[in-house]
Amino acid sequence: MSAQTLYDKLWQSHVVYQEPDGTALLYIDRHLVHEVTSPQAFEGLKLAGRKPWRVDSILAVPDHNVPTAHRDQGIADPVSRLQVETLDANCAEWGITEFKMGDIRQGVVHVMGPEQGATLPGMTVVCGDSHTSTHGAFAALAHGIGTSEVEHVMATQCLLQKKSKAMLVKVEGALGKGVTAKDIALAVIGRIGTAGGTGYAIEFAGSAVRSLSMEGRMTLCNMAIEAGARAGMVAVDDTTVDYLKGRPYAPKAELWDQAVAYWRTLKSDDGAKFDAVVELDAAAIKPHVTWGTSPEMVVAVDGTVPDPAREADPVKRGGIERALDYMGIKANMPITEIAIDKVFIGSCTNGRIEDLRAAAAVAKGRRKADSVKLAMVVPGTGLVKQQAEAEGLDKIFVAAGFEWRDPGCSMCLAMNDDRLEPGERCASTSNRNFEGRQGQGSRTHLVSPAMAAAAAIAGHFVDVRDLL
Amino acid sequence: MEKFTRLDGLVAPLDRANVDTDAIIPKQFLKSIKRSGFGPNAFDEWRYLDHGEPGMDNSQRPLNPDFVLNQPRYRGASVLLARENFGCGSSREHAPWALQDYGFRAIIAPSFADIFFNNCFKNGILPIALPAAKVDQLFKETEGREGYRLTVDLEAQTVTTPSGEAIAFEVDAFRKECLLNGWDDIGLTLRHAGKIKAYEEKRRQSEPWLFV
Repeated sequence: MSAQTLYDKLWQSHVVYQEPDGTALLYIDRHLVHEVTSPQAFEGLKLAGRKPWRVDSILAVPDHNVPTAHRDQGIADPVSRLQVETLDANCAEWGITEFKMGDIRQGVVHVMGPEQGATLPGMTVVCGDSHTSTHGAFAALAHGIGTSEVEHVMATQCLLQKKSKAMLVKVEGALGKGVTAKDIALAVIGRIGTAGGTGYAIEFAGSAVRSLSMEGRMTLCNMAIEAGARAGMVAVDDTTVDYLKGRPYAPKAELWDQAVAYWRTLKSDDGAKFDAVVELDAAAIKPHVTWGTSPEMVVAVDGTVPDPAREADPVKRGGIERALDYMGIKANMPITEIAIDKVFIGSCTNGRIEDLRAAAAVAKGRRKADSVKLAMVVPGTGLVKQQAEAEGLDKIFVAAGFEWRDPGCSMCLAMNDDRLEPGERCASTSNRNFEGRQGQGSRTHLVSPAMAAAAAIAGHFVDVRDLL
Repeated sequence: MEKFTRLDGLVAPLDRANVDTDAIIPKQFLKSIKRSGFGPNAFDEWRYLDHGEPGMDNSQRPLNPDFVLNQPRYRGASVLLARENFGCGSSREHAPWALQDYGFRAIIAPSFADIFFNNCFKNGILPIALPAAKVDQLFKETEGREGYRLTVDLEAQTVTTPSGEAIAFEVDAFRKECLLNGWDDIGLTLRHAGKIKAYEEKRRQSEPWLFV
């Protein structure tokens, strides 16, 4: 047999049936569900007189609509409340495990799954959420699906899917101090563009990727979708296995040994062929900041805002002009001169313990700039929050003038009360800087947690490497 | 699902690249637990001058005269002409629901984001990828002539311009068949229930930890 990529292996081991045109029925091992993209799927199931195929493959959690403050008072917005209550009711009806709002395990679905050991190597993982690519960090084939597909997976345990092409993103060398997985992700997107990965599954490899913790690998795979790739993945190694050991949903005893033996095979074979290869030098990656309204509109912190006059392509030039106008910034302006109003640290991209540690390391002994109206820290889950508090990170944040909140998606997409006012500018550790993403008229700059904390202290973007 | 066979429709041009699903349907409308009624809020932030929230009477809201779809000449359009990477971002199926509810049945662009592309087929919308130069030409023709229409024939896999130029497009055979017949793909998949069970049994032996 010829050398296979990790993606080939994961794909092949899940094909139940294949149509003549290559459309496959792909078996799904783990289905993660949240309140926003599931109600219509549950309703469709019921209307058709169907039932979930395998209830034990489903884990549910409300995250998009949940408040991050005054949680004891419940959800104030009746529309949001109904959506969460609908999830509760659907889970109760079918006997689906759900970590409800008061549960310490509740939080952002893509932080919760891995934390519970519910995402395992060799699995196929789906969720009605584009950032499901996160779970690929465990050498799982994971991607976001629409609500019709949520219903399809519930009813059949399978997804109709055509195989993607395979892309290798190889990052070799050592990352500099203060440079993180988020910066790798933004550098990759800056290189290949937000459509560069369309039609591909990306495997992240190279010594810099192998040196990342599982948290860092999740950040990287999380952003694969911002490069257009439905799936991102990293091969299994000791870091993967060590992370999973002892987690509630991870296998135990003899099954653990059997599982680990199989998991160790989940890597691309030597000589495996990729349809595209992108190589980056880790040592050359600097902290990145997005300046526009697409994640590909990104530069290093020591760079300047681009000048549309230098863009030859009229569609691209128009895009830059529109973005500068929306963002309220000028061409050729140094990134470090951009002043911010608010800071958001959290999300499925950067709401894990390592992210909070990195932000706290910058905030420690410093104070948020008076010009910054709000710096909020939103842990990914209740367990991340508990861990951070055990390490005293909450005290560091509060002493620095940051707000310490309850877990959820929060201001990443502003479906709850956490949002920017029109025109407000935010240093955000989330994944999308689209127009209106953090509230109508909001202006988002994507950065790493350390860079966000540094911006909170300075009141404008600064090179975090100068503070470490 | 509604069938898609042939469409003769008015074309509306949305001349910007990377139109994301947040723009197609902003997050506040995702709180709905229904599948319908998203049309009046399609492109909400671009389309209206005020801030939209669920439950508002959209017919009373001030329209943004600068937004292309608000121009009277594009009223009733069922073909949307767009640029690169249309539908990028969030997997929200509310985006195709909103476009369909607005009246669009076909979208022509040089490229689409994967999840959005897939979601369209589940909702009777045909996304058509054409070469960028061809899309450029269609933009020029659409903007240059009021009442510009295109005929989309899924069976023949062609987009035909008023001058009679037939532009061929690609579509997966399986997706084409589902769309032409308006098939419920869950029903189709369940015909393979026996194969799924057999596969599951095999995995239960090889990876028992997944079934604990």
